Amino acid sequence: MSADQTQRATRCLVAKVGLDGHDRGAHVIARAFRDAGFEVIYSGLHRAPEEIVQAAVQEDVDVLGISILSGAHNTLVPKVIAGLQSYDAFEDTLIVVGGIIPEEDKTELKELGVAEVFGPGTAIKETVEFVREHAGPD
Amino acid sequence: MRAPTNMASETLSPENADLYEGVLSGDHSALARVITKIENRTPGYRELLSALHEQTGNAGVVGITGSPGAGKSTLVDKLTRQYRNNDETVGIIAVDPSSPYSGGSVLGDRIRMNSTAGDMDVFVRSMSARGRLGGLSMATADAVKALDAFGKDRIIVETVGAGQNEVDIVETAETVVVVVQPGSGDDVQLLKAGILEIGDIFVVNKADMDEAAGTVGDLEAMVHMDETSGTGVLGGHHAPDDTEMDAASAEDDAADTEDGWTPPVLQTVATTGVGVEQLRGALDAHRTHLSASGEGARRQQTRAETEIRRLLRSDLGRIAEQALGHRGGVESLAESVAQRETDPYAVVNDLIEPLEAAVFDASDTEDRADGE
Repeated sequence: MSADQTQRATRCLVAKVGLDGHDRGAHVIARAFRDAGFEVIYSGLHRAPEEIVQAAVQEDVDVLGISILSGAHNTLVPKVIAGLQSYDAFEDTLIVVGGIIPEEDKTELKELGVAEVFGPGTAIKETVEFVREHAGPD
Repeated sequence: MRAPTNMASETLSPENADLYEGVLSGDHSALARVITKIENRTPGYRELLSALHEQTGNAGVVGITGSPGAGKSTLVDKLTRQYRNNDETVGIIAVDPSSPYSGGSVLGDRIRMNSTAGDMDVFVRSMSARGRLGGLSMATADAVKALDAFGKDRIIVETVGAGQNEVDIVETAETVVVVVQPGSGDDVQLLKAGILEIGDIFVVNKADMDEAAGTVGDLEAMVHMDETSGTGVLGGHHAPDDTEMDAASAEDDAADTEDGWTPPVLQTVATTGVGVEQLRGALDAHRTHLSASGEGARRQQTRAETEIRRLLRSDLGRIAEQALGHRGGVESLAESVAQRETDPYAVVNDLIEPLEAAVFDASDTEDRADGE
């Protein structure tokens, strides 16, 4: 195989934002994405929205998965989206949210530009398939 | 302000021209996208690099390698903090292995880069091996170029040191730091790992552990043995306890050692930041040494040679694959070899002969053209 062959990979940032220490779900998703052949960058806990934006821009990810179980999604997600827009990185990033998100908030998040919201009980396969279908290097 | 006036930049596609302008004008998204193109080997990336090449050569490039868990990322984080305190901009490329089974990877170095999170003047990029063999070192070297052209003052390449690939990667750096953790075995292990030859600076991290003194002793003994065996004239050289002295005495010994640099063995506790300032000092000392002794220019020459050879091999490899394709692909040829109808040497000979002939035809023609 030539070293110069085009080699694409789907890059994902799995992010924990805000004061929320529950990262089991994020870890499970990170592993599942890895096993699906994606390149996964994990942010670590307690990240500020600006830090998530910085990581998403610099790593030029195809997918940004935000895990929130604290209930602060209506405050934090818009900040992340605005940040991505300011770096012109919103259009080409698929944003998915996972965690405890009340039904009435889902519509709002989707209107903001979140592609899908995955609640508790979602099969991992479903999430991976969604990403495969909607994201990927162009 | 660097004006984009070189020839290569004038022939870029509109998209690449935008990216080129973006990188030179400090647009972070453009830089990120250029590195993606480099990583993916997207068609057109070569023209882009070809244009950017002229804008490079200003950054100080440090390679940091060591076994997993030695504390490389934490050390990089603290070192970056030092550079930022000094108002220098930093680019970091963190290379992690990928799964040989799924090709996927979890790139976790970013988690350790805490102390500068949110600071856009620190550009961190995680890279995975993606199952490529020689390609990773090329991609890394090219990404360093992009960061250099962007105008980063310091660039740090971090990688797990385990094999040839890693050695290739860190060799894209001017200065190579090898991070060792205490208790990583006796001096035979250090010899076996083959890391002594590539280190310009050794760091024993987690120096607050009990075994640290022993590891430092082992390393110093090895470093000085290496020095003695290289020239055979350094019998009277005493290992100084102080690393600053070590760096200074290395200057004095310039006539005696091969390139006049004795790799210092430093101690750090990356989690608390102890010893990181000394590491920065040693890095600066090595940089000064490189330019003063002419070794820096020699290394640059070697790097350029390696780069040309790698590109050439990669392109020739592609041509060879095409030639293979014309002959019906590797499968059918392999089948006849496996059936003992022919042998691999004859197969390759058949493939190479016309290529070789073409190469010599071309150089003959040139010779004649020169003669006329």
